[in-house]
Amino acid sequence: MTVVINGEMRDMQAIRTVGDLLRALGISSSQGGIAIARNDAVVPRARWEATPVVEGDRFEIITAVQGG
Amino acid sequence: MKAQGEFVPFRGVSPLRFAGREFLSRLLIGTGKYADFETMKEAFDASGAEIVTVAIRRVPLEERGTGKCLLDHIDPKKYTLLPNTAGCYSVKDAVLTAQLAREALQTDLIKLEVIGDPNTLFPDNEGLLEAAKVLVKDGFTVLPYTIDDPIVCKKLEDAGCAAVMPLGAPIGSGLGIRNPYNIQIILETIKIPVLVDAGVGTASDCAIAMELGCDAVLLNTAIAGAKNPVAMARAMRLAVEAGRLAYESGRIERKLYATASSPLAGVVRAGGL
Repeated sequence: MTVVINGEMRDMQAIRTVGDLLRALGISSSQGGIAIARNDAVVPRARWEATPVVEGDRFEIITAVQGG
Repeated sequence: MKAQGEFVPFRGVSPLRFAGREFLSRLLIGTGKYADFETMKEAFDASGAEIVTVAIRRVPLEERGTGKCLLDHIDPKKYTLLPNTAGCYSVKDAVLTAQLAREALQTDLIKLEVIGDPNTLFPDNEGLLEAAKVLVKDGFTVLPYTIDDPIVCKKLEDAGCAAVMPLGAPIGSGLGIRNPYNIQIILETIKIPVLVDAGVGTASDCAIAMELGCDAVLLNTAIAGAKNPVAMARAMRLAVEAGRLAYESGRIERKLYATASSPLAGVVRAGGL
């Protein structure tokens, strides 16, 4: 299945939910300071395991960095 | 000697209040451009700041676990995080960035930036106002980085922003408060707090902003880019406190001619007459 993650086209295998996607990227559900949007809508952490991932979805995965 | 970072405001300096919150320090600082996290933390301590800004960026997918996690270096008990929407040129990007920041950091605070031009980093007034309305409706405490224009600031107040943050000069320019009269008119025009954001180059710029009656100063480059960031952080803190104290103390009127400070009677006259 091809999805867009942070602007990059990615082929992801065996992914059903947002939780699966994040684990495949090495991000655990206990990791703080991270948020994800699916098709420009934020997916709250409590909904990660219940939110499906389908072909063509676009994701933004962010964290806080140094800035003014 | 007191430990660095222990914030003891002078008696008479009132706390900063906005959106039902209260802060003893009237200096907000950015986390950008520090050579390393150790220097950043020392500068935080020396500045006495209680609110620090952070940017929101895409997680690098290939270089995870490199130990460069900013949040590991900011004590959440000591500092309130103020995420920004820096780098956003459209309402959509700014709104989504704010919503992601709220989810990631569990805060409703947002320093709203909608930039109109990459060379000046001046805000796009129309986009800023539109984004502010969307975010206020969505429950955010919106602190917009704005041009030093009283009309725009009034519109932002009417839109429900918790404060306005007019620039003193372009971001990172160090040019100081370029239009103190506009800042003064903004202060007389609106009721919500006015925080000068951007343009500060050195300590006297902070003092000028605070003497005008601004509620706080937000700066980043002037500390992080100084040769000695920790000492400059201390200087900024003292200048903000000095400026606020002077403002609250009520300065004397300006007069063109001298008024003697010593008694006019009883002056010694050589020759005795």
